[in-house]
Amino acid sequence: MAHQIAVFAENKPGRIERVSRILGEAGVSIRAITVATADAFGIIKLLVDNPGKAYAALAAGGVSVFKREIVAVIMDDRPGGLLAATQALSKAGINIEDAYGFVIEDKRRAVLVVEVEKIPEAIDVLREQGLRTLSDEEIYTL
Amino acid sequence: MIDRPWPAFDIAPTVKLESTPDMARANRTRPFWSPELETLDRAALERLQVARLQKTLARARRSPHYRRVFRAAGFDPKSLTSLADLPRLPFTVKDDLRSDENFPYGLLTVGRDKLVRLHSSSGTTGRPTAVFHTRRDLATWTDLIARSLWMIGLRPGDVFQNMMGYGLFTGGLGLHYGAERLGALTIPAGAGNSRRQIALMKDFGTTALHIIPSYALRLIDTFHEAGEDPRGFCLRLAVLGAEPHTDAARKRIEDLFGIRAYNCYGLSELNGPAVAFECPEQDGLHLWEDSYLAEIVDPATGRALPDGERGELVLTNLNREGMPLLRYRTRDITCLRSAPCRCGRTHRRIERITGRTDDMLIVKGVNIYPVQVERVLMRFAELGSDYLIVLETINHLDQFTVRAELKPDAFRGDLQVLETLRRRIADELRGEILVSARVELLEHGSLPKPEGKAVRVEDRREK
Repeated sequence: MAHQIAVFAENKPGRIERVSRILGEAGVSIRAITVATADAFGIIKLLVDNPGKAYAALAAGGVSVFKREIVAVIMDDRPGGLLAATQALSKAGINIEDAYGFVIEDKRRAVLVVEVEKIPEAIDVLREQGLRTLSDEEIYTL
Repeated sequence: MIDRPWPAFDIAPTVKLESTPDMARANRTRPFWSPELETLDRAALERLQVARLQKTLARARRSPHYRRVFRAAGFDPKSLTSLADLPRLPFTVKDDLRSDENFPYGLLTVGRDKLVRLHSSSGTTGRPTAVFHTRRDLATWTDLIARSLWMIGLRPGDVFQNMMGYGLFTGGLGLHYGAERLGALTIPAGAGNSRRQIALMKDFGTTALHIIPSYALRLIDTFHEAGEDPRGFCLRLAVLGAEPHTDAARKRIEDLFGIRAYNCYGLSELNGPAVAFECPEQDGLHLWEDSYLAEIVDPATGRALPDGERGELVLTNLNREGMPLLRYRTRDITCLRSAPCRCGRTHRRIERITGRTDDMLIVKGVNIYPVQVERVLMRFAELGSDYLIVLETINHLDQFTVRAELKPDAFRGDLQVLETLRRRIADELRGEILVSARVELLEHGSLPKPEGKAVRVEDRREK
């Protein structure tokens, strides 16, 4: 199982800085970050090496934070690499609510993070396709 | 010596000091502080009002201001024989208290050597108003406060933590002396310093609070940060005063603190708190009609409105010697209800104040009171208790923005959910205020947190 940290943030300068500072002081390392905004507010999503610690540090810092289970799947970093993973999910009727990806090793490996409702099913479907999903510990070692 | 040019009941009879434990118990269960006055039948109450009004008018003529006003209006104080004559009397407005002619002593009806206390408004809009009290004025006002506190169940043995500013503001000293008069152990905690407030409550087993409602809702955060829950404290009562608030805000305070909370109304010009006070029925505030004469008028025309109709509250002091005010325009919007109350008190009730004529906002030609916005926001459990209305001019048009904080536990990491919430709030606001509002969701703790009255409106429009 892998987890993602989501932070509620107003759309104004210094919000990501504040989150980075809290996580830095807590000794949490960020593997990936995305920001989605709507109007005057947005959500910062973070993949970190220690989600439990990150959650506690942010909550103690007065930040509105939510920890959510996600699926992180390893893909080949090549044309069509994303296709295999997303095709498997759509065939199984699993809707992707949000997704982002990042490269770990150039031209070799990449990670796709997906938010879905049916986590166990998604993991099964991906495994059947020979794709490997990551746990929190594995994300830590990336 | 206190001179008494007044009819009976001039200083309301108080509960006698107990001499035996049995008497003490009997006294404690009495529902009324001043039984005769609080339950006086309407006809007798009106006779008392006329008698006191006549005395007050005679006294008012001694002040330079009212002497001028009476002469200019051709009003003979002796000609008033019933309350129906009242509309012949000109109104008094706040500016009368701070005009060059009157400030600060122009409304006094006694020599300055008879004055023992000065209170003053904050003066946020220009010159402050100065209000003077004689020793007797303080005694009668204090008695009304004791009466009000007794009504909501405060008794000797209670620990009353007074969390209002001590000083020129009437909320602090007023309730302080009222609670002492009643016989409660009174802690003069003053305003602010949240950690210390909580420590006082804990150390001394505080049972009753006097607190500004917006501050009560903010104090909850400090409780939680300290790992404390006020519901486990000895608290059982709170007096909410000094700012208009909704019934929903009161319920939220009651739930969070595990107490019963009562609304207190007053204004410094007319003494201060406890002009009107909620009884245990929590259905309107009894306006103490033996001490204040109440009218509701149309704020635009000044014409009297019948009971049950919403308008501006106009008050006349009936039991004040140093600086009685006649037909004072309070600018507070409410209505008077004459239906009998189950508590047995005969004094008519006002509804909670829905706004002030001077904090009414005119947006795109529509009248809006901040309390209307609060009423809508309180329906959303996802939102904190603070909010700010921002008015701007954008492309020559009024832009009405409501900024509210998202509660940390309401955040589930989903942008869509927040967008939907924002739209629902905007829709409900539109239904209430009839103007489309922009809603901004803020991070928890984002709005400024004053320790006094909350700032609800920021008007940045081009004038």
